[in-house]
Amino acid sequence: MLQIVSLLVENKPGALMRITGLLSQRGYNIESLTVARTLDPQVSRMTIVVDVDAAVRQQVIKQMNKLVNVLQAVDLTDSPAVRREMVLVRVRTAQETRTAVLKEAEIFGARVVVSSTEGYALEATGDPEKLDEFIDVMHSYGEIETTRSGVVAVSLETKKLKLQPPVQQVGQASWPVLP
Amino acid sequence: MPNLMNGAKMLLECLAREGVDCFFGYPGGVTLPLYDAIYDHHIRHVLVRHEENACFAAEGYARATGKVGVCCATSGPGATNLVTGLVDAMMDSIPIVALTGQVTSKLIGSDAFQEADTFGITRSCTKHNYLVKKLEDLPQIVHEAFYIAASGRPGPVLVDIPKDVFQAQGHYAPVTSIHLPGYKVYTEGHTGQIRRAVQMMSEAERPFIYAGGGIVAANASAELRELVELLDAPAVTTLMGLGGLPSNHPNFVSMPGMHGSYAANMGMTHCDVLIALGVRFDDRVTGRLAAFAPNAKVIHVDIDPAEIGKNRTPDVPIVGDVKRVLGRMNSELGRTGLLACPTAARQAWWSQIRAWKAEHPLVPVTSDSEIKPQHLMMEIDRLSAGEAIVCSDVGQHQMWAAQLIRFYGPRLWINSGGLGAMGFGLPSAIGAQFARPDKLVFALVGDGGFQMSIPELSTIASHGLPIKIVVMNNGYLGMVRQWQELFYNNRLSSVELDCFPDAEKLAGAYGFKGRTIDKPWELASALEEAVREPGPYLLNVKVSPYENVYPMVPAGGAINEMVLAPPQPVAVPE
Repeated sequence: MLQIVSLLVENKPGALMRITGLLSQRGYNIESLTVARTLDPQVSRMTIVVDVDAAVRQQVIKQMNKLVNVLQAVDLTDSPAVRREMVLVRVRTAQETRTAVLKEAEIFGARVVVSSTEGYALEATGDPEKLDEFIDVMHSYGEIETTRSGVVAVSLETKKLKLQPPVQQVGQASWPVLP
Repeated sequence: MPNLMNGAKMLLECLAREGVDCFFGYPGGVTLPLYDAIYDHHIRHVLVRHEENACFAAEGYARATGKVGVCCATSGPGATNLVTGLVDAMMDSIPIVALTGQVTSKLIGSDAFQEADTFGITRSCTKHNYLVKKLEDLPQIVHEAFYIAASGRPGPVLVDIPKDVFQAQGHYAPVTSIHLPGYKVYTEGHTGQIRRAVQMMSEAERPFIYAGGGIVAANASAELRELVELLDAPAVTTLMGLGGLPSNHPNFVSMPGMHGSYAANMGMTHCDVLIALGVRFDDRVTGRLAAFAPNAKVIHVDIDPAEIGKNRTPDVPIVGDVKRVLGRMNSELGRTGLLACPTAARQAWWSQIRAWKAEHPLVPVTSDSEIKPQHLMMEIDRLSAGEAIVCSDVGQHQMWAAQLIRFYGPRLWINSGGLGAMGFGLPSAIGAQFARPDKLVFALVGDGGFQMSIPELSTIASHGLPIKIVVMNNGYLGMVRQWQELFYNNRLSSVELDCFPDAEKLAGAYGFKGRTIDKPWELASALEEAVREPGPYLLNVKVSPYENVYPMVPAGGAINEMVLAPPQPVAVPE
């Protein structure tokens, strides 16, 4: 099944590698992955869609949370959240179908980004299933080329971000008790 | 400026602050500045003969003390040679910090001489890793590395340091705090769950304690013992947990799992409450998961939340430091007592456990004509009397040792459990002997693993380490041969290790004593002679080549479906 994981990640070198590496190491397939800065430039938000057995969903979150650079990992699969994706479609159209393509685009709420004699570049957002349909419809008009962004999601619940306080002892004193 | 120093010196200052007294390594081009700084520093550097062994030695040091072990290697091949040791430390949750040199910053990515992507390569074999980009970050990173290695579930941390960072001059200001906002360490355990667990265990008719490496890592042996006695429950310790409960404790049932004892595996299978402490339900312990402790309610205490429910869903999950959680359980138990304890049922359970023990005990096999491997273990056990450090390699000898040698305390049994890395025994003994110069240390190795780490004889000789190297020599890669015999029609493919060197000459070449024996009546006195020798000693013990480790749970089988003895007379190949 597809699991949507939302991560807050420190912008540290190798952070992305740690996350993708962990997923492949544990045998989870990445369906899509997006990453960009948050309001705090030191922190990035990632939305990852992974293809896993329902039984290991919790394990995915726990393993993510173990990474030192991950501040928070949340499963948004079943919780109230908005999930959207964007697709850019370049569609070649003959003169006689241009209007029809535009009409269809309008039905899907897509925007024309570039219009040329060859055809259009269209931009659509929505949930992934709707975009699948949009792509199918556009394909029926001829050759197309698409680029999808992957899902981005935002939770509708406030998830309290629990950060660890600094450790004031440094050196051997900071270790757990020795025998 | 009094605090002006280069990065190499700064690194050593940080190590000193972490209480590092010695570390294990091998120099190279990019670590030259570091080795120049070591030249007149009080921290001792132990030169090994291969970087992999530096990592194993650091592990031996850490396993013997609980302190963070440190190893060091140069860039490229030096760093890649550490990988096996890092994975080993990761699997067994051993706190080590690996320091690697890296090519000068501006050459990174140019395929420079001895360049390797150490940071990328070691991502999956460390708990965390760092590439130091500038000198100002170095002290902070080093202290973070030690903190991460030692806290929570311990593990290996690697710090990759470019040559120019070692060389750069800067003002050293000691770090005063560490801030890792995303690094969570759970310690206390949930109060409500601890109460539920205590109630569940005191009401149990057939309680069974399954304690693992977490007990040793958390230094929780005393707390474990207290729980075992308060509850008067039978207890097993896993391969990683041996010594966590003294082997001579009346409640100790030995080791469970693939080569565990009959009583341990039957106890696990038939208990009604399984108290799992610092364990990860490893496949070598559980056998077929669906058939593991099928009727038991499970209480699982572990410091790593990801271990809870990974393989077996517990009825009472407790995330916390097993030392603290056990302390709280014990005081709760002490307060409530075993009010609801079903006494008659408990007595019947103990009779059953004793009956299983008596039915199929772990009997040391002996012979008049040849040395049986089990006989060797019993003789080591006699000389150790539960007190020596035994650093084992991987294979049949490891299993026999785990079955038959007693350990009266933690941190005496040192072995590569999760990874099963051959070549571990000898170098880990070096680390253990440096950490515990007061202790009798055995490097108990097979003829296969020994030959993987033979270069370290030179390190041992160079430092005059009084390690007793005992080679259980059956002329085969014994465990692989056993599986070929049992599951591949005895087609012995590439497992015979002929041309083993003459032990006396080999040890003699390094300037210490060695001897080969093959008669059972020589065994006791030869081992005694080895132990009496003030320096190193290499004892090559030729044992019967076709002995198999039993009991054995075939891979994928349920642990109560043990093969207790050879199914048929052992076929000896032409």
